[in-house]
Amino acid sequence: MSAEVDFDVIVIGAGVAGMVCAHQLASAGHEVVLIERGQEPGTKNLSGGVFYCRVLEAVFPGFVERAPVERRITRNVLSFLNGTSHVNVDYWDSRLAEPVNAVTVLRAKLDPWMAAECEQAGAVVMPGVRVDALLREGDQVVGVRAGGDELRAHVVVAADGVNSFIAQEAGVRAKEPIKHLAVGVKSVIALPRTTIEDRFRVSGDEGVAYAIVGDCTQSIAGGGFLYTNLDSVSLGVVLRLDDLEAKGLSSADVHDHFLAHPAIEPLIRGGELLEYGCHMTIEDGPAMVAHDLTRPGLVIIGDAAGFTLNTGLTIRGMDLAAGTGMAAATAIGSALKAGDYSDNGLSGYRAELDRTFVGADLRTYAKAPAFLENPRMYSDYGQLLADVFHGIYAHDLTPRKHLVTTAMAAVKASRLKLGQLMLDGWAAARAL
Amino acid sequence: MTRLPSVTERLARNTYHLDEEENHIEVNQDIARRTGTGRLLVRICPAQVYGEAPDGTISVNYAACLECGTCNAMAAPGALIWHYPRGGFGIAYREG
Repeated sequence: MSAEVDFDVIVIGAGVAGMVCAHQLASAGHEVVLIERGQEPGTKNLSGGVFYCRVLEAVFPGFVERAPVERRITRNVLSFLNGTSHVNVDYWDSRLAEPVNAVTVLRAKLDPWMAAECEQAGAVVMPGVRVDALLREGDQVVGVRAGGDELRAHVVVAADGVNSFIAQEAGVRAKEPIKHLAVGVKSVIALPRTTIEDRFRVSGDEGVAYAIVGDCTQSIAGGGFLYTNLDSVSLGVVLRLDDLEAKGLSSADVHDHFLAHPAIEPLIRGGELLEYGCHMTIEDGPAMVAHDLTRPGLVIIGDAAGFTLNTGLTIRGMDLAAGTGMAAATAIGSALKAGDYSDNGLSGYRAELDRTFVGADLRTYAKAPAFLENPRMYSDYGQLLADVFHGIYAHDLTPRKHLVTTAMAAVKASRLKLGQLMLDGWAAARAL
Repeated sequence: MTRLPSVTERLARNTYHLDEEENHIEVNQDIARRTGTGRLLVRICPAQVYGEAPDGTISVNYAACLECGTCNAMAAPGALIWHYPRGGFGIAYREG
């Protein structure tokens, strides 16, 4: 290997994964450049908004107090939404505030702060530059070409997000099957702080996160979300691409249908649209992560490698991104020390992931994506639940029946078979 | 929220740094028509970058692009060339 390098490590992409990785490497005394195509870190980044942030405490001590985060999530609502009804599981627990478990974030506000932390740690942040290609010597990645310039390093980290052109160019990722991907379409709606507190029954800096399934997506596989920020609400839909194609609907129309839904519209009534955006996300993280994560001189982290988990109840990407950034920094640190940037020299990355919550959780939820392909999740079950409760609460002067009889009658009246219901219940218990 | 503004009006509230020199999206009209990708793009793009003219030609308003990559993921092989805008150009989220 030629010793002529501009930096020890080049990190492509100032998202959570890239910034955590750059920060850890710079903190350990390595020369790091963080290249970002946006004019400022954060300008290209969009997330639904819930960050399970405990992992960041090890990277940015005092993260929740120091970083520009929105609200601390202490209330989680799982909502089965139908055209004119919904059944919600509403879980509030003050224990979720101490220690802080999850926060809502707006990435255009959070990411510049993280980039400043990276600079403080000694990383060079280079915004407004798009990486066009990898530089190679034989099999070895030795740097990047960006805006007509060439930059060389011992290791290049691809943290360029879900579309990762770098991972594709390196031959690690092929064109992704569309059932592995989904598009999130999101609006941020301004509401006065007091309105948010009253409407969502939260106080101070506490907040609520809704995960919604059913009519929010007009039965397209995926779901809806609604998260409270300090003085705005983030809400929208996530639509699995294969089902979006099959159902023949328009993604913008589905988003609009959700915001106008009689169960949702009152929550944002009187608000003002601040921003409309979209971003792709990964529906089958475990399948994507099964491919290689390194090439000689190249490490792939975060969304670029496919590290996301949708368990139906929790939707995680940013915490896993941070975990991969930390694991990669540890492995690259060892590779730099040994002067070995081969696949073997970088193999510590996979080992490090397997040692931490990232690898463990991807294994635990390996079957969740297959379970969530079940179309009954997006149409039948919400209606069935509402029918059961309707049987309980609608007193039409017929003699009352016991709960089990009422529930069985609702199943019988639906398209669902009892056997199927039990199998789905069993599958859910095992996959989620 | 009494009524959502149209997608075009919504995007007008977003911040963009428009690259006047380089269009980052290119549709192969023949393949787009033959494979049905053209109409698919019109429907699935949240920013409504794509439009269909009466003669079936697919128009591209690249200035509106939110850079999600959904079109690139769904287009039939050869129907679309899509990459990110040059560094510093394109959508600049203020909220994200």
